[in-house]
Amino acid sequence: MTTIDKTRNVPEPRGAAEGDVPLLEVRDLHVEFHTRDGVAKAVNGVNYTVSSGETLAVLGESGSGKSVTAQAIMGILDMPPGRIPKGQILYRGEDMLTMSNDARRKVRGRKIAMIFQDALSALNPVLSVGYQLGEMFRVHQGLSKKDAKAKAIELMDRVKIPAAKERVGDYPHQFSGGMRQRIMIAMALALEPDLIIADEPTTALDVTVQAQVMDLLAELQREYNMGLILITHDLGVVADVADKIAVMYAGRIVETAPVHELYKRPAHPYTKGLLESIPRLDQKGQDLYAIKGLPPNLTRIPSGCAFNPRCPQAQDICRTDVPLLHPVTERDGGELPGRGSACHFWKETIHG
Amino acid sequence: MGRYAARRLLQMIPIFIGTTLLIFLMVHILPGDPVRAIYGDKAPDPAQIAQIKREYGFDKPVLEQYFHYMLNLLKGDFGSNLAGRPVADLMAEAFPVTLRLTLLAITIEIIIGVGLGAWAGLRAGKAADTGVLVFTLTVISIPVFVLGFIARFIFADELGWLPPNVQDSTSYSQLFLPAFVLAMLSMAYVARLTRTTFAENLRADYIRTALAKGLPRRRIIGVHLLRNSLIPVVTFVGTDVGGFIGGAVITEGIFNIQGVGNLLYRAIQTSEGSTVTGVVTVLVLVILLINLLIDLLYAVLDPRIRYA
Amino acid sequence: MPDVTKAQTTDAAAVDAIAPPAVDAPGKESTQKSEKPRSLWGDAWYDLRHRPMFWISSVLLVLLLVIAAFPGMFTSVDPRDGDLVHHYLGKPELGHFFQPDWFGYDQQGRSIYSRVIHGTRASILVGVCVTAAVTLLGGLLGMLAGYFGGWIDSVISRIVDIFFGLPFLLGTMVVLNAFTERKVYVVILALAFLGWTSIARVMRSSVITAKQADYVTAARALGAGTTRILFRHVMPNAVAPTIVVATIALGGYISAEATLSFLGLGLSDPTISWGIDISEGSKVIRDNPHTLLFPAGMLSLTVFAFIMLGDAVRDALDPKLR
Repeated sequence: MTTIDKTRNVPEPRGAAEGDVPLLEVRDLHVEFHTRDGVAKAVNGVNYTVSSGETLAVLGESGSGKSVTAQAIMGILDMPPGRIPKGQILYRGEDMLTMSNDARRKVRGRKIAMIFQDALSALNPVLSVGYQLGEMFRVHQGLSKKDAKAKAIELMDRVKIPAAKERVGDYPHQFSGGMRQRIMIAMALALEPDLIIADEPTTALDVTVQAQVMDLLAELQREYNMGLILITHDLGVVADVADKIAVMYAGRIVETAPVHELYKRPAHPYTKGLLESIPRLDQKGQDLYAIKGLPPNLTRIPSGCAFNPRCPQAQDICRTDVPLLHPVTERDGGELPGRGSACHFWKETIHG
Repeated sequence: MGRYAARRLLQMIPIFIGTTLLIFLMVHILPGDPVRAIYGDKAPDPAQIAQIKREYGFDKPVLEQYFHYMLNLLKGDFGSNLAGRPVADLMAEAFPVTLRLTLLAITIEIIIGVGLGAWAGLRAGKAADTGVLVFTLTVISIPVFVLGFIARFIFADELGWLPPNVQDSTSYSQLFLPAFVLAMLSMAYVARLTRTTFAENLRADYIRTALAKGLPRRRIIGVHLLRNSLIPVVTFVGTDVGGFIGGAVITEGIFNIQGVGNLLYRAIQTSEGSTVTGVVTVLVLVILLINLLIDLLYAVLDPRIRYA
Repeated sequence: MPDVTKAQTTDAAAVDAIAPPAVDAPGKESTQKSEKPRSLWGDAWYDLRHRPMFWISSVLLVLLLVIAAFPGMFTSVDPRDGDLVHHYLGKPELGHFFQPDWFGYDQQGRSIYSRVIHGTRASILVGVCVTAAVTLLGGLLGMLAGYFGGWIDSVISRIVDIFFGLPFLLGTMVVLNAFTERKVYVVILALAFLGWTSIARVMRSSVITAKQADYVTAARALGAGTTRILFRHVMPNAVAPTIVVATIALGGYISAEATLSFLGLGLSDPTISWGIDISEGSKVIRDNPHTLLFPAGMLSLTVFAFIMLGDAVRDALDPKLR
């Protein structure tokens, strides 16, 4: 199922040309959770931008802070225990963290929508899917119950749920996993938002269904020219649909790159490790590489580079100095647009 | 749905037979002689006792007595007490009174219990939550009869707002204080249960989804949270009806209400076996039917178990 | 499908894992000593130690147990000694700590303080013994039903249903009415006879849950015998909810004993019981509320302590509420 080697024309990021203000910009975002065992620093200074029609894939292990960042953007973080001590989240240039609750609520669902991983628990079990879809129109557009239901059927048709008219009154548990995820997508799509955040949208699904759902998502994104943040730990999913990738580790972005660049030449040992740990047919019979060790405890992130205890290339400097996200260049200094690596030894990693 | 109800109804028959047999055995096997009790301290004539025993069938084996009793029951005959009044008549007088009292109590229980619980659940960990917790713990700790006397002492004797004894059992305003006392314990449990389910469901994924949909807080709580949180509460209220009957014995005694509780209490004290058995049989039937009703209501509230 | 890591947990789970208890304030100190994951009981104990409710109820309970065991330590006055001439319904002297007239006197001129102290034993004894009996009987039957299922479950569950159909208080009233002299053990037996069903239900459902857990399947796959699985794997994990229900029920049994005594169907006169005293006091409550308030207050405090303890333990054991 790995399709990494597939070469395809990477669509140029479209948003860049549109104007100076990107659709969404996250600036130096910090999120921490106050727990019994101390303060867990889940996000430690994340920066990224997404433009209309662009797909940003955020890649990382559990606890890397990728989902927490998304929840912070959506404003659905549990606060407390969560806290945002620092940072900005700019939607079309306006900081959502300083908006009034009501203004923020009006952005949620209407302008920025989210697709969750487990559709079974993310949909309300005691309300029919038609009701839950129609609710978007009733709340945000003041439609009548009847009109909202018609819209719900239309939406279900659009995400290719067969017999939408008959099934609109059914409950989430009566649908298959793939169909449920389509309903989630339909719900996010309802008001044709500018940006969709998909948090591991296919992780809970069968492999064959995963592809269908991803294709549908990509198709709809093109159709509406939406921005898409795709959060995943699955490198295979990313390769097919993303324009650019941000790799996260311990609450920081450790590498950014256009999607195929990253696969060809990773500039961070962590990314490299991830790519090498994918089973490949041409390496049959060899031992599979695995990154040694465990992700760090977020209440006690190692000093210096958070990855240093697991890194095969770690030197003394890695244990003392936090590496910043350096721009990555060719060996001769030629520019590599959109590339960055938070490694003291990025040159050795990419060119060595 | 119809088939589900029918199956549940069938399952109830053995439980009904079992429970009535249990109470029948308890009344008839345990020591204590009802006939002798009529005579009090006077020494009765043994021949007379034997005569009465024959009349009431007390000389036959217990199982045979039970069989006859159930047979008569099917014809609507509950037998009569030792003073010769049909038990059915006694119950016809008492049941409407207790029905009114209990309905009023359940209404109070649900309104105040769910209200308090929701209020605390939405503020889990804050002062309001702790306040409600301490309040409910206190209410649960004070036995109903103490609560009843204190309530009567304060509201009837001291403040004079309400009559200490209920004179007119059809008046809801007179029944309010006893109903409130009767409701207190269950109300505290409902509040705690609601609080827990509210606090728990508030962290559910579908609430996060509702939030992400940009729904207003009122709608998230009123539609998404409430509906899911009421399911266990409904179950509790249903299974608690038996507790209400026990509470009614005490409340009716304190406020001198001529209901089922009072009837039963007097019957137990005078060892009136036929009245005790009759009343308990009807109560068991009522409890079983309410449980069936709750099951069906459960299926309406939670689509996941429909037609199960 | 290439997975980035071996760790199968999702991000959502990771967020859950670091989310602190919602109930109490975020702990300031952290456990630096070890990285070891805490066990259920270790975790619960940590949680308990930080709950004021746990400490309040524990201190209360220890005090009550001492009173029940050694009432002579607290008062030297005979609770049955009445002096109608001097003390008929004497008012309480709230400043006279631990003196016979601290809580006043009842209609027979007996010291209410002494009666309250000496009444503790009966209540605690009834509560503890009924709970022990009910936990043993109900726990055993519930475990058998839950673990073996099949016809054993059907039979036990139907018996539970039948007993459950009978309102608890009514049933005990009928049973107790058959006895003319009701000593403590009679009341205990009557309450236990009708009280075991709720424990059996809790035990049954938690055993069913524990039985289906993956580690039990794993133990079975490794060839562990029935007894070993039952006592090593199922029991420790099923016992927690039972303990919680039993602790809370204990308070309920004490309350039920007092209620029955109040109805004249519980403990009878030579035994000193709060329920009897409350019943006596209720007759003169209008002018002498102290005759009711002190025994009632003591009773409520005891029930309160047990329920609060059960509550604290439940919250500590239930990670969902964290």
